[in-house]
Amino acid sequence: MPLDRTGQTPLVEMRDIRIAFGGVQAVDGVSIDLYPGEVVGLLGHNGAGKSTLIKILSGAYRADSGEIRINGQKIDIRSPADARRHNIETIYQTLALADNLDAASNLFLGREITTALGLVDDARMEAETRKIMARLNPNFRKLKEPVSALSGGQRQSVAIARAVYFNARILIMDEPTAALGVHETAMVADLIKELKSQGLGIFLISHDTREMMELCDRVSVMKNGKLVGTERVEDVTEDDILSMIILGKNPRREAAATA
Amino acid sequence: MTDTSTERGGGPPSSPTAPSRSFLSQLELDLRLLGMLGAFVLVCLVFNLMTGGQFLTPRNIFNLSIQTVSVAIMATGMVFIIVTRHIDLAVGALLATCSAVMAMMQVRWLPELMGWDLGNPALAWAAIAAGLAVGTLIGAFQGALVGYLGIPAFIVTLGGLLVWRNVGWYLTSGQTIGPLNPTFQSFGGINGTLGEGASWIAGLVAALVAVALLFSARANKVRHEFPVKPLWAEIVIGAIVAAAILGFVAVLNAYEVPARVLEREFAARGETVPEGYTAAYGIPYSVLLLIGVAVAMTVIARRTRFGRYIFATGGNPDAAQLSGINTRWLTVKVFALMGFLVGLAGVVAAARLTNHSNDIGTLDELRVIAAAVIGGTALSGGIGTIYGAILGALIMQSLQSGMAMVGVESPLQNIVVGSVLVLAVLIDLIYRRRVGGK
Ligand SMILES: Nc1ncnc2c1ncn2[C@@H]1O[C@H](COP(=O)(O)OP(=O)(O)OP(=O)(O)O)[C@@H](O)[C@H]1O
Ligand SMILES: [Mg+2]
Repeated sequence: MPLDRTGQTPLVEMRDIRIAFGGVQAVDGVSIDLYPGEVVGLLGHNGAGKSTLIKILSGAYRADSGEIRINGQKIDIRSPADARRHNIETIYQTLALADNLDAASNLFLGREITTALGLVDDARMEAETRKIMARLNPNFRKLKEPVSALSGGQRQSVAIARAVYFNARILIMDEPTAALGVHETAMVADLIKELKSQGLGIFLISHDTREMMELCDRVSVMKNGKLVGTERVEDVTEDDILSMIILGKNPRREAAATA
Repeated sequence: MTDTSTERGGGPPSSPTAPSRSFLSQLELDLRLLGMLGAFVLVCLVFNLMTGGQFLTPRNIFNLSIQTVSVAIMATGMVFIIVTRHIDLAVGALLATCSAVMAMMQVRWLPELMGWDLGNPALAWAAIAAGLAVGTLIGAFQGALVGYLGIPAFIVTLGGLLVWRNVGWYLTSGQTIGPLNPTFQSFGGINGTLGEGASWIAGLVAALVAVALLFSARANKVRHEFPVKPLWAEIVIGAIVAAAILGFVAVLNAYEVPARVLEREFAARGETVPEGYTAAYGIPYSVLLLIGVAVAMTVIARRTRFGRYIFATGGNPDAAQLSGINTRWLTVKVFALMGFLVGLAGVVAAARLTNHSNDIGTLDELRVIAAAVIGGTALSGGIGTIYGAILGALIMQSLQSGMAMVGVESPLQNIVVGSVLVLAVLIDLIYRRRVGGK
């Protein structure tokens, strides 16, 4: 069901983004976009620059050059707080949780519910956490314990709950299933489909090409900080994507160009 | 994302109506707190035995309390510093600078500038305000060097240790400054106490507030349908807390003002002491100050965003930053708060000695860090409690005073205190491994 996007404003546009760390050009003139209700996959070797690119969108890094538009409007993301203000929520590859705090404190970190006196309202945050967890992961009961006592999957569900609770419009998921078992991976896949149907735009990073073919509408492949290409999944095969990742070019397009 | 495996089997069930739980576990007490209290009680009993009952007299308990205040106040701030994975080696030296500023303000600068009488209470308040401001500013400055310039706190405050003690020296030209203003001295301990009646009132109010807080916390849990401990357990804890508070007041009230001191006081008013008249010291203002600091710091730690961010940053600095927390500014605030508390501790320390001398606060950095660490603050960050640090300070002071009373030579005193510090951390580590995770 390829959607016709002509005339529609993208939810996110990243144009000609560049960033270097010392001598390493981690992201080198990459442009990608994302529409509402769409899942765009980012693929590439280790160190290709995927995480760095999305960290620019989530405010963790600042690009050396390039521009970001949300709903057509040029914006400046200087910090994670800026990104959150634009309803951009991120689930990081390295699960950004404070191990010594419990699930509720992590879920609300940086956005605590406070009482009339301005004190943090732990009871209410715990109740809210209970509610959202009942929806996302009904088996989750370790609300009072520091998240260091949780399994990888449980920690992941805290990170996901945080994004869902705060009504993300743009969701960034950096290898959300890397640490998960089969069952948990399927749950994340279902969740991605549900969120997509609610009209969220999702950037998904994963090394699992099959999973990406199933979940994504389009995939963008990166190599050595550069964008190799962006394809609609129905236009390519898994092998095409693999050769884009490995060779840095799309054999089918090459063939079309020389034909 | 299921967690069936971890929720089944083993361990006590957590439902509110779970039967057959032991008496102690139903009270849901903090085991580490109990352990520290146990250690403290043991230290007190042993010294009491060795001194033939001299250690637990009202007089000695009074002295112990006022000797602990200064280090305990700073230890509460050190908890935040260590929780955020920093250290402050400059507190003792900074205390000297704050004390020097306050002493010079009330004895030299303001009397000369404003022509105020040395006994003018306004001198004390102006001096205290200046001391707190200096402490806060220097703290913030050190925090900025750590947070914004990225110089390790160990280095910044090691430098500070040398710098501030000698800045204090220059402020006073190396002289001892005193005697300090009488109003100022009333924050030192024996020269400023509530007296018997007011102490009882303060104790009753504190006990009532503590019990009210316990029950309002319970009501809040019930409102959100969280499990609560049985009502009797809540009542037992409330009773223990109230008894402890009133017991402490009773002990302080049992320390009577010596007859010759009373005579002097009455004589100053042109009266004589009536037959059979006695008066008790009651709660020192300095101890009230410490209690106020303890309550405020606990509220900050547990109930404010600032406190939440301190612990989050200590647990995972990257996560805190990615959650939108400005960790650099947080570092400045934490060090500024430490500086403020050093200023406050400086008031108490200088007032207790009735004058400012240049060696004031020497080695306090070590006592303060030791108190925080004995109190369960983890140097790896993210973990620590205010009450723990205060108990830690109390345990250290009890050891030191107790050994002095028993007649232990001071080199051996230091050897014991040093060993206790290492041992306390070891026990805490073992405990944490047993409990797991935390
Ligand atoms: N903070 C940093 N400082 C210096 N170099 C960095 C930093 N972050 C990333 N890099 C470099 O930038 C490049 C891209 O890294 P990035 O983490 O974006 O890769 P990735 O595509 O996400 O890889 P993976 O699949 O392994 O997660 C790498 O060469 C990496 O070493
Ligand atoms: Mg990555």
